[in-house]
Amino acid sequence: MSLLRRISNLWLRSCVDREIDEELRSHIEMRTEDNIASGMLPEQARRDAVLRFGNPVATKESVVGADAALMLEGMWRDLRYALRQLWKNPGFSLTAIVVLVLGIAASVAIFAFVDAVLIKPLPYQNPKQIVGLFESTPLGQRFHLSYLDYLDWKRQNHVFSAMEAYDIQAISLRTPAGTEFAFGATVTAGFFRALGVTPALGRDFRAGEDVANGPRVVMLSYGTWQNRYGGRADLVGQTISLSGSPYEVVGVLPQGFHFAPVGTTEFWTPVQISLDPNGRGEHGLLGIARLKDGVTLQQAAGDVSAIAARLEKQYPDSNGGRGATVIPLTEQIIGNLRPILLLLLSGALLLLLTACVNVSGLLLVRSEGRRHEMAVRGALGASRARLMQQFVIEGCVLVGIAGLLGVGLASGVVRVLRLLIPTNMLAEMPYLDGLGLNLHVFLFAGAVVLLAAVLSSMLPLLRLSLTDLRDGLMEGGRGGAKAVWRHLGSNLVVVELCVAMVLLVGAGLLGKSFYRLLHVDIGMQPERLATMRVRAPYASYGKNEQQVALARRVTDEVSRLPGVESVAVAHQIPVSNVAGGNTSFLVIGRPENSSANNEANSRNVSAEYFKTIQARLVKGRYFTEDEDATKPRVAIVNEEFVRRFFPGEEVLGRQMRYDMSTPVMEIVGIVGDLREGPLDGEATPAIYTPFNQEPDTTFYVMARTAQAPQGLLKPMEATVKRIDPNILQLTAETMEDRIGSSQSSYLHRSSAWLVGGFALTALLLGMVGLYGVIAYSVSQRTKEIGVRMALGAQRSSVYGLILHEAGKLMTAGIGAGLVCSIGAATLMRKLLFGTAPWDVMTLAGVAAGLAVAAMLASYLPARRAASIDPVEALRAE
Amino acid sequence: MAKNDLQGTLDLLVLKTLAQMGELHGYGIVLHIQRASDELLRVEEGSLYPALHRMEQSGWIASTWALTETNRRAKYYKLTAVGKKQLQEAEKSFEHLVKGVRAVLRHA
Repeated sequence: MSLLRRISNLWLRSCVDREIDEELRSHIEMRTEDNIASGMLPEQARRDAVLRFGNPVATKESVVGADAALMLEGMWRDLRYALRQLWKNPGFSLTAIVVLVLGIAASVAIFAFVDAVLIKPLPYQNPKQIVGLFESTPLGQRFHLSYLDYLDWKRQNHVFSAMEAYDIQAISLRTPAGTEFAFGATVTAGFFRALGVTPALGRDFRAGEDVANGPRVVMLSYGTWQNRYGGRADLVGQTISLSGSPYEVVGVLPQGFHFAPVGTTEFWTPVQISLDPNGRGEHGLLGIARLKDGVTLQQAAGDVSAIAARLEKQYPDSNGGRGATVIPLTEQIIGNLRPILLLLLSGALLLLLTACVNVSGLLLVRSEGRRHEMAVRGALGASRARLMQQFVIEGCVLVGIAGLLGVGLASGVVRVLRLLIPTNMLAEMPYLDGLGLNLHVFLFAGAVVLLAAVLSSMLPLLRLSLTDLRDGLMEGGRGGAKAVWRHLGSNLVVVELCVAMVLLVGAGLLGKSFYRLLHVDIGMQPERLATMRVRAPYASYGKNEQQVALARRVTDEVSRLPGVESVAVAHQIPVSNVAGGNTSFLVIGRPENSSANNEANSRNVSAEYFKTIQARLVKGRYFTEDEDATKPRVAIVNEEFVRRFFPGEEVLGRQMRYDMSTPVMEIVGIVGDLREGPLDGEATPAIYTPFNQEPDTTFYVMARTAQAPQGLLKPMEATVKRIDPNILQLTAETMEDRIGSSQSSYLHRSSAWLVGGFALTALLLGMVGLYGVIAYSVSQRTKEIGVRMALGAQRSSVYGLILHEAGKLMTAGIGAGLVCSIGAATLMRKLLFGTAPWDVMTLAGVAAGLAVAAMLASYLPARRAASIDPVEALRAE
Repeated sequence: MAKNDLQGTLDLLVLKTLAQMGELHGYGIVLHIQRASDELLRVEEGSLYPALHRMEQSGWIASTWALTETNRRAKYYKLTAVGKKQLQEAEKSFEHLVKGVRAVLRHA
């Protein structure tokens, strides 16, 4: 039979059927004729022919079964049959599909993020070889490198094939719309070669361009070249103006290149730092390096630490207490996202599992209802494999439809989730640019759908293969199969309740962490506080007096705005993603070498600062407005500083200095700890000094208002613009927004919301599952309940009977869930803030809530059971 | 044919029948095997057709619809080139089988 004919058979089954029929019929008729010819009566002759032939329907089935091409035809028929079945039971189909769509969409959407963040390699050559380098200090592991330390590390190491440094740079750009702020970065000359990135256009930086007073050259990101300069090929070689100075464009970086630690950088220039031998204490660089082939991270860390130890001995003043930190670059970029993404992915997969379990249960219930149909088809000659095929196809149709819808929904969800990420955070996550449904995600979606199909059709299959098909032919047969299903179904509900419990507890703990995080004592009053960060051009405000005058003028004019109660400026303000800006210091009267571990955050703030943010003064006094460079140097420290460096000592009046080159400062006050770093970080020691004594061109303006602070942002911006249109305005936000959109609160909030969503869905699924099992059980026990009631059982005892059954399942599910959720919560311990994994309130609350929900789900079938009419129930059998 | 038929014997019988008789319909094959074996072998008529269908799928035989002597439409089967080769192989392996079985029986 030709292939063409086989294929045409797919569509011509009826034609093939007719042929087989006719062939068999002519056979029987020829036999009948022969029988008559040999002397039988016509009636007898026909009977003999048919008897010899056997069951023609069964024969036809097995003839068709022999046709390989017709197996496809059979699948096609099953497919149409399955679709018809689904169409005829819209309630069942809709429930199953919605349930699966939710599970599939959630896991695929989360996986898209996992893929973009954790799986897709960074766009560099052999990204696994690239490490991030930091100096460690007593305050923590990851602090900036000083340029001189960087040069020594680079010269002395034996483990890196390349070592480079970079720093972030704010650039002011003159555009037709006015002065604009742009992200820039300065890098050492070999930076891009170390990453293994070649420019798309022009050339890379040359060795020797990264020296003090080197040539002013710039490389552009691909996006900048396209958006700002229209992708002109002749741009290379031309001169553009950055922050008021001319730079020659030498190259354009390739499309898709990004370097997350500096965000979405538009302009790349070579670092040009002077080799001042006293500058070893100036920490402003971050490092990357490429490991030599075969060198492990541990070896590299050991080598660099040895160098740091040598430098510590050599330069005890500047390098005391400084070690080295080497971590994989991927870890540096996505380290804090990994646990959250894995948590969300597990949540989504648990949800998918519940969905599959539910659909499996639904299919099982339906297979029960179709026992008779199956038995008849089996008796008519359909093989067991053929019947199983029918089930598998039905499961696949369901999952297939749900898979298509789920992937579509996932693509929408991914887009929405991306929109929900604050823009400033998105800038720090350039790897999310490639977020979307790519090949990886489709493969994952395929795997998920396959898994769902297997899970969903496995139970009915198992059930079909365990039982004798002929059982179903006996009317009202109460075979062992029902017990099997009740047993299985009950176990499934226990699993569902357990999963729901785990997810609810997870969501509860994350929600509580988030609440704790937002209500953590940050040492100030964030309400009605507007903040704005400005950056004055160094050319016009290079001198300290100019900076002090500018800050005074801004403060004066902003304080005249309506509703403003007080105004302050500060070089850095609380709640930042990193508690950077730290300094080492010496305490006067203590031996010098004891300064090794003296590290604290340093903050320059104006006199009104603590009053404006309403910090708590523990002892001493605040700064005064006239404390400037002409007056003796003073400082205020926080309580953590006292705890760490002056335990049990009088602090007021003590003197200290940053190093031997800086003036002596007297401690005049102690304030309560302000949360300088992330909300979920530890309190860090801090030194506050008067802005007027250590001014800067970049500073925050903070204003406390009588009304809503949002209304003040625009007038503040306008005021600064009026004072000098060349001043860059970097950010303007209310303090509450700053807290709410900080990285730590964003991560906590989004994971709490997402896991909460999963948990509610799982709860719903668990309730549907429990309802299904109890309802099924009631329907199977109609007769029994009828008999009980006929014999005088009260409605209340019928309720008791059903609710007792539900209660057993619920107890088992919640009990198992309790154990599993403590285990799961212990695994996600790192994500919790101020909340223990075995938080009794959460566990008890969730268990109680789940119990109520479960009892509600079983109440409906119980009510139906109690309203059974005994006469009807007994007659029905 | 006896219930305990040897695997593949039906195929062999059908192929041999068609090789000897040229074109034949299903009923004709049943009759031929019965006659040629002196009524020793009786093909179970119901199981003949799945076998015929399977052999046609494998390309050993081809079929056409034609009229019988009594003017009835019937499906006629004939051997293809592939089928001839298959027949040779089947005959050979059957001879082996018979030799082997006979040897065992003699030994006993």
